[in-house]
Amino acid sequence: MNIVPPVAAPGPPPLEIDAELVTQWLVSFLREEFARRKFAKAVVGMSGGVDSAVTGFLAARALGASNVVAVRMPYRTSSPDSLAHAQVVIDALGLESRTIDISPAVDGYLTNEPDADSARRGNVMARVRMIALFDLSAKYHALPVGTGNKTERLFGYFTWHADDSPAINPLGDLFKTQVWQLARHLGVPSVIVDKPASADLVQGQTDEKDFGISYAKADDILNWLLSGYQPEELVQRGYVAAEVEIVRKRLATTHWKRRLPTVAMLSPTAIGESYLRPVDY
Amino acid sequence: MTHVVNLALIQFRPTKGDLRGNLARVTDAFSRVTTLSPRPDVVTFPETALSGYFLEGGVRDVACSAQAFANALNDAYTAGLAQAAHGAHDGVANGSHASIDVVAGFYELYENTYYNSALYATLGGDAGQVVHVHRKVFLPTYGMFDEERFVDHGLDVRAFNTRWGRAAMIVCEDAWHSVTAMTAALDGAQIIFVPSASPARGAWPSPEPDDDEAIAPASLHRWERLVRDRAEEHGVYVAVTQLVGNEGGKAFAGGSVVAGPHGEIRTRGPLWDEAILPVSLDLHDITRARADTPLLSDLRALLPHMLRALERTIANDEP
Repeated sequence: MNIVPPVAAPGPPPLEIDAELVTQWLVSFLREEFARRKFAKAVVGMSGGVDSAVTGFLAARALGASNVVAVRMPYRTSSPDSLAHAQVVIDALGLESRTIDISPAVDGYLTNEPDADSARRGNVMARVRMIALFDLSAKYHALPVGTGNKTERLFGYFTWHADDSPAINPLGDLFKTQVWQLARHLGVPSVIVDKPASADLVQGQTDEKDFGISYAKADDILNWLLSGYQPEELVQRGYVAAEVEIVRKRLATTHWKRRLPTVAMLSPTAIGESYLRPVDY
Repeated sequence: MTHVVNLALIQFRPTKGDLRGNLARVTDAFSRVTTLSPRPDVVTFPETALSGYFLEGGVRDVACSAQAFANALNDAYTAGLAQAAHGAHDGVANGSHASIDVVAGFYELYENTYYNSALYATLGGDAGQVVHVHRKVFLPTYGMFDEERFVDHGLDVRAFNTRWGRAAMIVCEDAWHSVTAMTAALDGAQIIFVPSASPARGAWPSPEPDDDEAIAPASLHRWERLVRDRAEEHGVYVAVTQLVGNEGGKAFAGGSVVAGPHGEIRTRGPLWDEAILPVSLDLHDITRARADTPLLSDLRALLPHMLRALERTIANDEP
C-alpha cells in the first residue's frame, strides 16, 4: 500500500497574476474613475522607470494615447538613462509630452538650505515634481495619475504627500514583482522592465541596495506578513531572519505614511470617524 | 400554472448618488426587456441597485420603504413600456399592457431601522405591488466590508408564492452560507434569487486555464462554485444578479450567473460591463433533478435529527 503525501497547505495568495485579467480590471478602473470625475485627459509623471511606464500604457489603453500627457521632470543630477527611457515610452505610445527641468526650482529653494542632506534633497525634488504635475493638471484639465506600487507603499519608500498625492492610482495594490509581470504583458520595452529599479534621487542609487533585500524576496515576505503570518512563523518556514526583519521593520514603522493626517477628535461627528461618506459619494 | 419561467437578469451599473439618472436607466432597461421574446416574467436587478453599494453613512440619505421603492420601479416600468411602444429600441413592444415581476436590492428603512433588503414586486398597475421583502441576514463586516455598522441584520429566510410558482430571495453573503439556500429549498422555493454586489478580489491565474470563461477574478470563481453547489444540492435554480462598476477602487466585476438544478450553468454575464441576460427556466427540470438525486427529500426526512444535533451544538452540550 502506497503512502500518498498530502497537498501542501496553500499559504498566502499567489503572487503570480493573470496579466490580461489585471489589464482589463485596471482599464475598467481608469475609465470609470475618469468618467466619474469628469476628466478625459490624464497627466502622468514619466520617470523612465517601470511603474510610470505601466501607468502610461494602461492610461493610453483606457483613455486613448491622445488623452495622455507624459511629463518628464529631470533634476540636473538625474540619470540621462531615465530621461531616455521615459522618451522610449512616450515614443512607443505616441504620447504628448512635456519636459520640465526642476533644477531651478529645487536649487532655488536649496540656496536657503545648502546643508540639506540627500534625503531632504530627494524629498524637495519629489515635492517640486508634484507641484509641476498638479499645475500641468490645471493647464491641460487632466487628472494626475499616481504610479506608486504596493511594495513601495508598504515600505514607506516614497515622499509623503508627494509621490502618493494623485487622486487615483491603478498600481497601488500590485507588488513590484507583479508590476514587472504586468509590464511584460503590456509590451513595455525590455530596457525599462529589465533594469534595476531606482528612485534616481541620488546617482547610482537602486531601490534594492537601499532596502538591503531584493524585490522578489521582499514581496514574498510581505505577502506572508499581510496574510496574517507572524515573522517567527516565516523563520520557522525557512526564511532568513535578518531579511524578514528588514521587511517587518519597514512595514511596522511606516503605517502613518499610508494614512491621512491625524486630526484631534472633539465632537461626536468627527470626519472620517463618525461622519462617514465614501470618496465617490 | 406555467412550467417555464422567463427571466431577464439586468447586470446594472448605477451612478452613485444619482437616483433620478439611475431610474431613467432602469426605465431604459425595462423598455428593452419588454421587447424580448419570450417576454420575461421576472426582471432581476442587483443588490443596492439604484444607489450603489458602498455608502457608509449615506445609507441614511437613500434608504426608503419597500412600498416607495416598488412605486419608483413601477413608475420606471410604466415609462419603459411607453418608451418601447414608441419604438425607442429595435423590436416591437411585446405585451405592452402586461404586468411584470421584479427582484431588486435596496437600502430599506423599516420600522425605524435600516436594512440591506431585496424586494419582489409586481409592476404594471397604479402602484408597485410588494410580494415579499427579504432583509439580508449575513452582513459582511470584514476586510473592505462594514455592513453591520450601517444596517441591521434580517432574521428570516422564507419562500413565497408568485404568479409562476414559488421563489425565495437571499442577498449576496447570505448565499455563502448553505443554511439560507437550504431553508429556502425546504420552504419550497423553485428559484432562489440572489441580488448581489460583490467586489472583485484575486487577480491570480485561474486554476482552469483551458476554460474560455476562466479569465475572472478569483472571487467570481468562488461565486460560481458555490452557486452551482447550492443549486445541485437542493435541486433548485439559483439566479445571481451582480452589480457592475467601480466604487472607490473596489470593482464590481459583473459575472452574473444562473445555475440549474443539476448544478449546470444556464447563463453567465460578462465581466466589467452591463448586460441583459435573458434565460428561460423549465420548472420540470427541478422535478427531474430531484428524482435523479433526491437529496432534498433525504434532508427533509432526516431534518428533525439534524435539528436536534444543531440544538445540542448551540446549547454547547457534551455529546
